[in-house]
Amino acid sequence: MRLLIIEDDRDAADYLAKAFREVGHVADLAADGEEGLAQALDAQYDVLIVDRMLPKLDGLSVIGTLRSKGIDTPALILSALGQVDDRVKGLRAGGDDYLPKPYSFSELLARTEVLARRRGGREETVYRVGDLELDRLSHQVTRAGEEIVLQPREFRLLEYLMKHAGQVVTRTMLLENVWDYHFDPQTNVIDVHISRLRSKIDKGFSQPLLQTVRGAGYVIRDAK
Amino acid sequence: MTALGKLLRTTVFKLTLVYLAIVAVFAAFLLGYFAWNTRRLITEQITQTVDAEITGLAEQYRQGGLRRLVFVVDARSRRPGSSLYLVTTPAGEGLAGNVGSLATGILERAGWTETAYRRLDDPDGAEHHALVRVFQLPGGFRLLVGRDLEERERLRDIVLAAGRWSLAIVIVLGLAGGLFVTRRVLKRVDAMTETTRQIMDGDLAGRLPIAGTGDELDRLAGNLNAMLERIEALMHGLKEVSDNIAHDLKTPLTRLRNRCEEALRLVEDESQYRQALESTIEESDALIRTFNALLMIARAESGQARDGMTDFDAAEIARGVGELYEPVADVKGIQLKVEAPARAPIHGNRELISQALANLVDNAIKYGGPDGAAVNGMPAEIIIKADRAGERILLTVADGGRGIPEADRGRAVERFVRLEQSRSQPGSGLGLSLASAVARLHGGELKLEDNHPGLRTVISLPPGVSGQSQA
Repeated sequence: MRLLIIEDDRDAADYLAKAFREVGHVADLAADGEEGLAQALDAQYDVLIVDRMLPKLDGLSVIGTLRSKGIDTPALILSALGQVDDRVKGLRAGGDDYLPKPYSFSELLARTEVLARRRGGREETVYRVGDLELDRLSHQVTRAGEEIVLQPREFRLLEYLMKHAGQVVTRTMLLENVWDYHFDPQTNVIDVHISRLRSKIDKGFSQPLLQTVRGAGYVIRDAK
Repeated sequence: MTALGKLLRTTVFKLTLVYLAIVAVFAAFLLGYFAWNTRRLITEQITQTVDAEITGLAEQYRQGGLRRLVFVVDARSRRPGSSLYLVTTPAGEGLAGNVGSLATGILERAGWTETAYRRLDDPDGAEHHALVRVFQLPGGFRLLVGRDLEERERLRDIVLAAGRWSLAIVIVLGLAGGLFVTRRVLKRVDAMTETTRQIMDGDLAGRLPIAGTGDELDRLAGNLNAMLERIEALMHGLKEVSDNIAHDLKTPLTRLRNRCEEALRLVEDESQYRQALESTIEESDALIRTFNALLMIARAESGQARDGMTDFDAAEIARGVGELYEPVADVKGIQLKVEAPARAPIHGNRELISQALANLVDNAIKYGGPDGAAVNGMPAEIIIKADRAGERILLTVADGGRGIPEADRGRAVERFVRLEQSRSQPGSGLGLSLASAVARLHGGELKLEDNHPGLRTVISLPPGVSGQSQA
């Protein structure tokens, strides 16, 4: 995955670049809005990581300009401003995801990879991971041919995990996308929901598909 | 600027001048109109009288010729208060009448004219003015009839004098009154300006003086005072918040630092370092969450969140939060129920209300469970309710746990207070504080009540606009 990181804080930028490279991605850096815009127009990137407050040209303007030129590279906005209205502003300006600071790298990594993969492929109606099948239209879930009955919210949870099969999704991503909540639930509510889902789709089957990634979140994947 | 200069430049004074000018113009107009009409009336009367006389004299002339005319004119001239008469030969010599000398050329002009004249019986006296009518008789003789204009002139003199006097009085009184009024108003405004200057210089407790007259300046002062009250409260709150935050964060930060230092000192092998670093990250995360919660509380308390307000259904929020926490409660052996059958529209900040309710539910799960010292044998239950009670919308979380003794309820809402029975549980101690701040931000309140047994927390809110579509 090729990334452009537009961040004026040297330390943060270097840290991110190094961290991304360690997991096998390519990361370019830009230290201000104008440089970032020029680079984004010049080369092809899979995801742009844009700090909101930048010298010369702010993050939202960079994204806005790119969008007006028809460039739809997914953009993730990093910002110290973390209220819901700030998030809405960022997404309206053309951003695809919004991560308030301070963030953990695993959160950033998970969201970036999800954004990158989004680029390709049409919307399928049936998701498959191993012998687990989810039909988005009929809302039917089966594993190894056996039907599994899920509550509506459990279905949505599984749907989101399978949509990003093979990719790590964090608890915050689940809270935002499956429940549309932007607050801190204080306790491990997500863990309990996952645990329930797991007991329905993994218990009694030979292959556990829904896995916990320590320090990051969850992933559903075929272990083979 | 001199004191007089300041007075003259006030809006009040300028307004007074404008008003003065308008009144003066209007008065002058009235006076002029009255005078003009009266003058016209007098002139009309004169012309009517003269015309009547002429008609009479013409009749005499017709009946008895010139001799008769002269006779009648003489007789009439002798009467006191009579009009002016003159009959002349074609050459201009007087034959009868009471007019002595005339302005030149009057006799040549037929019809009405105004002229100066002298009376026949007072040839060296003053000149008077008259309105006369000249007739040409056959043979070139001329007849002149007229009346003195002294009445009209006297009227004119009166009006002019009155006009001059009134103008002078109006101007003087107006200016004096204007200056007086302006000075009074300026004094009050100056007092207000002086006070605001003092306040701006740093005395936030200062307030504007209220004269007690209830007029617009008093109302302005009252409103400004209310505003100052609010500003003072906000500044006080801000200071308190920043003091609190500084204090509240220093403790965990210090703890974090100490742990790291300790690790440096004591730890021997790599796996212990790993552990130390991992727990550092955990503590940092907890610190970040505490900080975010404090920030949210500060935002709620300072009213910053007011711009993010929308109309939405509190019942929907209740159902959503209930659904989110249901499995967590279940794991602890508690049944979580939601009772929100009807719409409960409110106007507020969706994120904050959700967070507040989530905090209350989280508390209920932590402390309202069956491992509390509850005596009843019933299965543990937590009920989330959203309904309307009279004029209020109530979001209620009721549990059957050990509750909070009445004496502790006030303290429990304060920041970072962990009551004795809850010290063993993880948590920041900010849950109730946030819920309380959010309730207050929305113009409502957080109430802690006895659920007999257990605790019932109620967020009581004013209703939003009903009938609106959900946000």
